[in-house]
Amino acid sequence: MSIELENLTYTYMPGTPFEARAVDDISLHINDGEFLGVIGHTGSGKTTLIGLVAGLLKPTSGRVLIDGADIAEKSYDRKALRRYIGVVFQYPEHQLFEETVYKDIAFGPKKTGVPEEEIEQRVRHAMELMELDFDGVKDLSPFELSGGQKRRVAIAGVLAVRPKVLILDEPVAGLDPKGRTHLMNLITHLNSEGVTIIMITHSMDDLAEYAHRVIVLNGARLVMDDTPQKVFLKEEELRGIGLDVPYVARIASALRAKGINVDNDVIRLDELEGAVKRLMTGKNGASGSGGNA
Amino acid sequence: MIKNVSLGQYFPGNSIIHRMDPRMKLVLVVAIIVLIFLMDTLVGNLVVFGFLVLTIILSRVNIKFVLRGLKPLWFIIILTFVLNTFFYSGGTEMFSWWVFRVSEEGLMNAVRLAVRLIFLITATTMLTLTTSPIALTDGIESLLKPLKRVKFPVHELAMMMTIAMRFIPTLIEETDKIMKAQTARGAEFDSGSIFKRAAGMVPLLVPLFVSAFRRADELAFAMESRCYNGGEGRTRMKIMHMHVRDFIAMAVVAGLIVFAAFGF
Repeated sequence: MSIELENLTYTYMPGTPFEARAVDDISLHINDGEFLGVIGHTGSGKTTLIGLVAGLLKPTSGRVLIDGADIAEKSYDRKALRRYIGVVFQYPEHQLFEETVYKDIAFGPKKTGVPEEEIEQRVRHAMELMELDFDGVKDLSPFELSGGQKRRVAIAGVLAVRPKVLILDEPVAGLDPKGRTHLMNLITHLNSEGVTIIMITHSMDDLAEYAHRVIVLNGARLVMDDTPQKVFLKEEELRGIGLDVPYVARIASALRAKGINVDNDVIRLDELEGAVKRLMTGKNGASGSGGNA
Repeated sequence: MIKNVSLGQYFPGNSIIHRMDPRMKLVLVVAIIVLIFLMDTLVGNLVVFGFLVLTIILSRVNIKFVLRGLKPLWFIIILTFVLNTFFYSGGTEMFSWWVFRVSEEGLMNAVRLAVRLIFLITATTMLTLTTSPIALTDGIESLLKPLKRVKFPVHELAMMMTIAMRFIPTLIEETDKIMKAQTARGAEFDSGSIFKRAAGMVPLLVPLFVSAFRRADELAFAMESRCYNGGEGRTRMKIMHMHVRDFIAMAVVAGLIVFAAFGF
């Protein structure tokens, strides 16, 4: 299973004075099991792009192919598509509507055709993943929960469908540090189990830490597509389009400016730690393989 | 999913018509409506037609948008036309078939009514196309001010209208977002029987209401923390001014009314 975007273009309100091109001729191949980070400043078309990938928007031109089949075709099985791709939108807690937490989480599985007898087990599992106490919370109204719990219920509602591809739009925005760590750990855990992750974020640090590949959008166009190491090398270019590099990369470049020899593909904390350790122990051998710690 | 919403169908621009004082525009549209009813002759109608065309040209609004305003009313226009053509009693008969009988006067009457309807809609459409909803409510508030004397809550009403209009795009955006989120979870909004569809709206309507109430709450809080306490003593950021262009427009419309009053 893989996702292929072919010359994807999307225009809002064509033919009016409000016409705006949100995605402009983007071609992309997303591999199975990949952790793809999507960055770009506000209004660069990230959210529209994931709407297109998930089949929630119809492209103005171009195609989205899943295993070679065009998802915009009438004959494409919608339910299978919803089971295949799960989307956690920004502030997913705003999508809660059922009377009880249980019913809300069961909504997705029910609608995508999961057999009735399997649903309870799925809800239970999704709640465990989100660290929600099944017996304690399942009969509460989602509206009486705290903000953080609401978000967890909403994400559990997406996870209960068990998608093969999980799209997340700024999932950690507005969460407390503990919630952030838990969610990021969960995402990497799912990724290690083979779930493809497509994550929009403004946190360069998270991407440096977890992503296999980063794409950069600017003005509706795809401007970079590479490993995080290579993307974050282009500091000037990133700053030019309102983005930044991870703080580790900033520390590394500050060290380099002071004449301390740290490799310029160091973007993760453990890499930096390794590089600094090597520098302190063997004063001469720092030039070689700094990034493999 | 929700496409092409042109709110209050305002067509942004900077033409002389756009820049006119909303109060003058409101008054003149009312005058034009009266005028359209007064004009009874071919010449009179041609003059009104000319006036409307001139307004459209001056406003630099795309003609497509004016016609779009007429779209929902085509049915009514055609219906009145047909009814008037076939069910006008009396007059000189042109031809008849079975129970239908078309007379010269009936046909003329049908054309006149259809033209009148089109003119009316065009005039009001031009108002909403060239005036932003906010300017419009400001204008209404200002025009209704005398009603304050009889304890009519003019300011409150205008504020409610302004807020309602301000939040229409926000709510549309919100609807779109929630729709997408629920669709991604497998909800379907555009298939099934009418009952199934109505039931299918619950996952959309509940979050929408919840968010509308949350927004209302936040807005009230934000307004109060900025010391809003009603219209008393409140000053405006944009003060409306009448300019030469407004008086020229007034003179033109007044001229047309005089022209009509003298029996054209």
